[in-house]
Order: sequence, then structure tokens, then C-alpha cells
Amino acid sequence: MPLFDLQDVTISYDETIVIAKLSMTIEAGERIAILGKSGAGKSTLLRYLYEQAPDECAWAPQAPALSQALSVYHNVYMGRLGDYPTWRNLWNLIRPYKANVVEIKQLLEVLRLTGKCFTKVNTLSGGQQQRTGLARALYQKKPILLADEPVSAVDEYQAEEIIKSLQAYSQTIILGLHDSYLALNHCDRIIGLKDGKLVIDAPTSELGMADLACLYQ
Amino acid sequence: MRNAKQQSLQFSHRNVSILFIVIALLCLPFADLNIYNVQPWQELQRFAWAILNPEMGDIKIVLNALLQTISFALLGVLLGVICAIPLSYLYRFSPMRGLCAFLRAIHELFWALIFLQVFGLSPLTGILALAIPYAATFAKVYAEIIEEADKSVVHALPKYSGHLNRFFYGLLPDVWQSLKTYTAYRFECGLRSSVILGFIGLPTLGFYLQSSFMQGDYSYVVVLLFVFYILIASMRYWLRPFLLPVYFSIALYTLLKNQHEVKWDNVVRFFTQDIIPAPIRGDKQGGYDELAQWFGTIMQDQAMPGIINTLLLTQIALVVTAIVSLIVYPLISKHFQAKLGRGIGHVVLVVMRSTPEYILAFILLQFFGPSMLPAVIALALHNSGIIGHLLGNQSNSMKLRIDSAKGLNLYAYEVTPRLYGNFLAYLFYRWEIILRETAIMGLLGVATLGFYIDNAMQDLRFDRALLLILITALLNMSIDAVSRILRRRSTNKARHSNDL
Repeated sequence: MPLFDLQDVTISYDETIVIAKLSMTIEAGERIAILGKSGAGKSTLLRYLYEQAPDECAWAPQAPALSQALSVYHNVYMGRLGDYPTWRNLWNLIRPYKANVVEIKQLLEVLRLTGKCFTKVNTLSGGQQQRTGLARALYQKKPILLADEPVSAVDEYQAEEIIKSLQAYSQTIILGLHDSYLALNHCDRIIGLKDGKLVIDAPTSELGMADLACLYQ
Repeated sequence: MRNAKQQSLQFSHRNVSILFIVIALLCLPFADLNIYNVQPWQELQRFAWAILNPEMGDIKIVLNALLQTISFALLGVLLGVICAIPLSYLYRFSPMRGLCAFLRAIHELFWALIFLQVFGLSPLTGILALAIPYAATFAKVYAEIIEEADKSVVHALPKYSGHLNRFFYGLLPDVWQSLKTYTAYRFECGLRSSVILGFIGLPTLGFYLQSSFMQGDYSYVVVLLFVFYILIASMRYWLRPFLLPVYFSIALYTLLKNQHEVKWDNVVRFFTQDIIPAPIRGDKQGGYDELAQWFGTIMQDQAMPGIINTLLLTQIALVVTAIVSLIVYPLISKHFQAKLGRGIGHVVLVVMRSTPEYILAFILLQFFGPSMLPAVIALALHNSGIIGHLLGNQSNSMKLRIDSAKGLNLYAYEVTPRLYGNFLAYLFYRWEIILRETAIMGLLGVATLGFYIDNAMQDLRFDRALLLILITALLNMSIDAVSRILRRRSTNKARHSNDL
């Protein structure tokens, strides 16, 4: 049974159609890149997928919407608030738990945020904030990772490293991307959207840069 | 971008909060928080019973008290606005800023006590007592609003447009709405102040509240309180610009009807003799030593204990206000309450913030006796009603992620941290206001500065009273200065006092 089974899905906001009659299935274990120009409907589709199975998805939205007044540690910890009793979460605000700190520090190392664990988020750069948001999603260790432009504010080399490392945390990965190179090299399947319509849905092995060009015209 | 030097001067939210909590805890052992009344609960029970059994009594008295309350507020605020117009224009000069800070620092009840000696129980006493501190506050806020206005229109005007034209065409249209909103808000404060003036004998609602409370006629007290809440809650329905001329005429008529002759020799004597320090008054050519002794005795026996008690009470009340604010704001926040719950929450907060802290303290003092406990409760309830309202509204405009947590987790990790900077800024604004109110609580028997001022007034030692009022004003101005520094250093909200 597929994880997601979309049949003729149409989504509109205020009578503007954002996603039109989209049909596709997603199986567990796939690594999917959703490509398209900005406004093509990538974020809407990701959000829709999240709403289908909120309990199984880790969510990393494009604007990471972090708690600016809290540290990186607490922002990452927030991913797991639901897993712990509330009193423990409250105490953690005053005194971080060692076990969580160790685990989160490891994660931050992977995301190249070493040494930033107890830095307040509002002193971080845009790219660092983005990676903090991604760390929060990875920390949840949910079977599905939904990340919208997770590396848009990170330099190319780091972006590749980070995308590669994602597999260790979630079985199924669905990314909204604008970088065709990353998509072709690190995902198994590409879903191309143009003006809310599905124009490409194929394994990366069958696609080349030229095939993706049509998305950006 | 902040550079390293600036960073080192910043206080983190956490450190500032801990500092204030520690100070309040250190104050606790020195503060008198006892319950002196033997059976407070019995009286409270009677009061609770009265809430369910209000008794109207003579409706004419209620209506007259209402009319007087509104009239004092209208004329006091109007005079304040009129004076504030030139003052706000001159506000850019630092002596004017200092003068306004000083006039503001003296509570309207203290002004009323001074004018009471000069004009007696004449309407002029009430109007001036409101107009002076209000004018100083209006001057400050008007000047701030105009300073923050969008200046692009003014710059775009032709060079030869005159000064006044620039103001009326370029600036005023842009700031008009803010000025109007703020003035209307201050009128609501004016109504509260006007009620309070009744406690020193002017015929407003406060006068009847006090006397019926003293007689234990709680059913009537409840009616007066309800009338007051309805007056405040219905303001937006009856406070219409086109009706203002009618209101002002009625107010003028109401108050002038009772105008009695001002005895000018009284006025002259007050300013030329009464308020001159006793050792150098009139023919007594006391020397520097005697004056120093006079000053030293007052400082030691009255000012110092007064200052200490005022500060103790202020710091404790400030922290309790902070805690209660954080507890009550979720009552009106859509992230924590459904629609019905929010409706109830709004009613609770409206009642909390429309009850003047002075009345609340007065009522609680009757039950618990003259310790600091009722004053702390009263100050905390009123002020956290205001701060809770502002925080709650702010949280409602906050967008959350779709995967955000719920309940207490959401409160502790997301919403409260995001509100915290503004929360501190609001508290620092209220700090000075709480101090002003704390001083005034002395009139009710708590041993703050107001207590010593009231005693001096009753002993007809106006020189001493005036010195103590000056000291109160200076204390207030110092707290204001510290609060401004803290606002700048720990929150990025150094301005926008017009919210409060």
C-alpha cells in the first residue's frame, strides 16, 4: 500500500487554483524532489502531504519559524515536545537534559552548527537559522521527512553534504527544491510542477538537465 | 548588526527577569504582608452576598455622582489637551521634557491634595488635579507620535509653504488617528482618576463608594461599581466626536453650578507662607542650621521609611504583576482558548483593568487591614489586566507553524518566548506607574510616602507635605530613568508608550 495516494487533487486559495487535478502515489522509502519555479505549487503540495499524515511526518517549512528568543538547543528540542510529559518539557527550559543535549549536539555537527547549541536563534544568520529548522525536523526521527527548500540559504558544497546526510534520519524523504543538480544527484524520483500542474514524474535515472529545463521556461 | 561593545551592555531577558525576582524576594521579609483583620472572610462573605443582591437606593444620587464623574473627567482632560498642544511643540527642548516628567511624576491625588488647601472643595481643585499631570503626559506622547510620523509628505511640500500649513497639511492628517485614539484612551483613564478624586471629598462616584463602604452598605457599593463598569464598557457608544460640544456644555454647567468663591488670601497665604519651610517662614529668620535640622528630621523620620516602604511594595507588586500577566494572557489568546472561553476571558480582563487599583486596594484593605498585602493584590490585578490584554491580543496576531505543539508546551516554548521582549517592555513602562500608585496607597493607611504626606497635610504642615511630594516625584523620575535604560538595553522597544 502506498504512503500517499493522490487522485485528482485540486487545491485553491480564494478561488485561485494552486494545484490542479494532481494524481500520484508515493511509496515508503522513496527519495523525491519536487521541482518547479517559485509559485508553481511546491509548498502547497508539501503542506497538503503533511496534512494527510501529520503524525508520521517531520515538517521543515521554508521559513523556519523559530522561537527567536530561545536557543538553538530548545528550538531543536521542540520537535519532540509531544514525546515527553509536559512537566519534563518545562523543566528542560530551565535546565536542559544531558541526554537530549548530547543527541542534539551530534545532530548539529552533521548540520555544521557545531558550537551553536546554546546560542540564541536571533543572533544566527539566515542559513544557520534554516539549518536549525531542519535540525528540528530531523530530531523528530519520523518515517517521512517533508522539507521545503531546506538548503536554499546554504552554499553549494554544504547543501550537498546536508542533503546526503538526510537519509540517515527518515526512511522517506520528500524535498521541495529549486536546484536541479541537487535533485538529479541525490534523489530517486523527480516531480516537476508548472503552474500547479504535474508535468514531470519520473525516476532520476531517466532524466537529464535538459528534461528539467521546461519547468523554468 | 550589533558590534561586540554594544552586546556587552545588553542585559539578556533571562538575567533581567532573575534580577527582578531576586530583588522582590529580598524585599519580602521586610514587607508587612500580615492580615490584621481578625475575620476577613466573614466580611468578604457579606460582600459576595451583596454582589448577588445589589440595592439601588436613591437613583438621583447615583445619577448625580455619575454626572459629576464624567464632568470632571471631560473638563480635566480637555484642559490637559489644550495645555499639551504648546507643550508638545516645545517638548524637543530638554528643560520642557524635564518639567513634563516632573509634573507627570506627581499623582493626580497629590495634586488634588495640594489644590484642596488652596481652593477648598471647589471644582477647580478637581479639574486642575487632572489637567496638570494629564497635560504633561499628553505633551510627551503627542510629541512622540508626531516625531514618529511619516515625514515624507512634509518634505514633498513646496519650500515656501508656511510653518502652519506644513503642519496642517503635511503632518496632522497622518497622525490625527493616533492622536485621537490616544486621547480617547486617556479619557478612559480620566474617568478612573475622576472616580478616585471622590476619595478626597469631591462629589464623584468615589465619594459615595467610600462612604457607603464605611457604613457597610455593600449592596449599594456593588451598584456604584456596576455603574462604573457600564460607564467604561459603553464608552465607545456614547463618546462620539459630534456629541462632544454638548457634553462639554453640560459638564461646564454641572461643575460651575457648585463653584464657590475662591478666597484669594488663602491662595496667597498658601504660596507665600504655608509651603515655606517652617524655620525660615515669615519673621523667623532661622539660620542654615535650623533649616538643615528641619530637613534632616523629615528625611530621617518620614522620607526614608516612606521611600523604603514605597520601593518594597513597588518591587513586590511588579513581580506579582509579571507572574499574573503571564497566567492571564492565555485567557484571551486564540491559541489556548475557544471562542466562548475567550469571551469570558475578555470580560475578566476588562473588569481587572477597569477597576482602579486605588478602589481595589481600598476594598481589600477594609477586609484585610492596613498591610501591604491588599495593596500588592490590587496593584497586581489591575496592572496584569492591562498587560495580559496587550499580550493576549499580540499572541492572536502571531502565526504558528502547522506542526506546532499544543497547550502548555506551546505556551512555554513558542508563544511566551516570542512575547517575552514586549512583555518586559510593558512591565518596565508599568513600573513607574506602579510606583506612582504605590505612593498613593499611603492615603489608605499603608506606610508608603503617601501616608506621610497625608499625615503632614492633616497636621497642616504644608511645608513638610510639599517636601515629601517633591521627594516622591524625584523617586518616580529616577525609576522612570532606570526603566528607560533597561528598556533600551534589554528590549528593543524603547518607544511606543502610547500603548499604555
